[in-house]
Amino acid sequence: MKAWLKRYWDLLRKPSVHFSLGFLTLGGFIAGIIFWGGFNTAMEVTNTEQFCIGCHEMESNVYQELQGTIHWSNRSGVRATCSDCHVPHGWTHKIARKMEASKEVWGWIFGSINTEEKFEAKRLELAQREWHRLKANDSLECRNCHEFDSMDLAVQDERAARAHSTSLADGDKTCIDCHKGIAHEMPDMAGAAMN
Amino acid sequence: MNILIVRIAVIALAGALSITAASAQDRSLAAPAPDGLRKGGTLHEDLSAPPIAGDPRDVQREVRNYPEQPPVIPHVIRDYQVDRRFNKCLDCHSREAAPDAGAPMVSVTHFMDRDNQVRADVTPGRYFCTQCHVPQTDADELVENDFLPVDEVIRRMREDSE
Repeated sequence: MKAWLKRYWDLLRKPSVHFSLGFLTLGGFIAGIIFWGGFNTAMEVTNTEQFCIGCHEMESNVYQELQGTIHWSNRSGVRATCSDCHVPHGWTHKIARKMEASKEVWGWIFGSINTEEKFEAKRLELAQREWHRLKANDSLECRNCHEFDSMDLAVQDERAARAHSTSLADGDKTCIDCHKGIAHEMPDMAGAAMN
Repeated sequence: MNILIVRIAVIALAGALSITAASAQDRSLAAPAPDGLRKGGTLHEDLSAPPIAGDPRDVQREVRNYPEQPPVIPHVIRDYQVDRRFNKCLDCHSREAAPDAGAPMVSVTHFMDRDNQVRADVTPGRYFCTQCHVPQTDADELVENDFLPVDEVIRRMREDSE
C-alpha cells in the first residue's frame, strides 16, 4: 500500500517527459474552464423551475400552491420561482444546500411523499425544516430581494410599519417569523409551535 | 352511373343537414341572457369582465350600518389561507394574538356553539371568516339598491313624526 502510494507520489513529482510545458499549462487552463463551466452549468440546471417540477411531488403539490400567490403573479411582473427562495444565491452556501438536497433525491427514489396523503402527512415536518433554515440564516433568501434598508416604512400599513420598525429593525425577529405560508399552504398547526 | 348519382345525393343531403344543424345551433347560442350581476350577452360573445375593485389600503375601520353587521375588513386579504388546516385571520384576530397585533379580537359570538355555549376556541360554524366578512373596497354596487343605514332610517322616522 505504502509502496503503491509512493509510486504515484513520485509520478506526480516527476517532470513531464512527453508533454510540453505549454501544452500542460494551456491544456490545464482550457480543461479547467470546461470542467468548471460544465460543473456550474449543470448546477444551474438543477436550479431551474423546470428541473424542480420534473418530479411530480413538486409539480402537483407545492408548485400548484405557489401559483396565484403574490410571488407568482403581481402587478409589476416580478416572479420568484423555487430556487429564488429555496437555494442560497452565494456559491458556498449554494453548494452546501445542494449537498443537503441529496436527501431529497433519496426521498424521490423511495417515494417518501409520492402521494398526496404522504405529502400531507409530512407537510408540517417539511415546512418546519424550511422555517428553521430561514430562521438560521436570517431569512437570507427573502433579503435577496426585500432589503430592509430599501423599505419605506411610511408607505406600509400601520401594523406592518410598527412590526418592521421594532422587531425586525432590532434583529429580534426575522422575516420568516411572521411571514409563514406566503408561497405555499400552511400545515395543520394544531399542537405544533409556530416557531 | 347510378352509384354516382346516389353519392352526389348523399353528399348534398349531408351538406344541407349540416347547414341546418349549424344554423339551429347559431340560433340557440345567440339567445340573449338577462343581465344579472354581470352583463348577460350571449354564449357567443366575449364580454370583458369589469375591473377588479381596488384593494383597501390605508383605510380606517368602518362604522357598521346596523348593529349586527359583520364588520368589513379594512385591509388586503390576498392569499389568506382559511381552510381545515390553518386560519390566517386568526394569526392576529384570535383571542391570544389580538392585543399584540393591535387587531380586534373575534367577537365572543364566534366562540358560541349552536346551544350558545361559549367554547374555548372559535367554533367550526364561525370559522370561515369570509363567509360573512369581506374587504372594504371602492367597488360600485352590483345591483342598484336603496339601502339606508339604521341611523338614517331612525332620523327620517323622527323627521316624519315631527
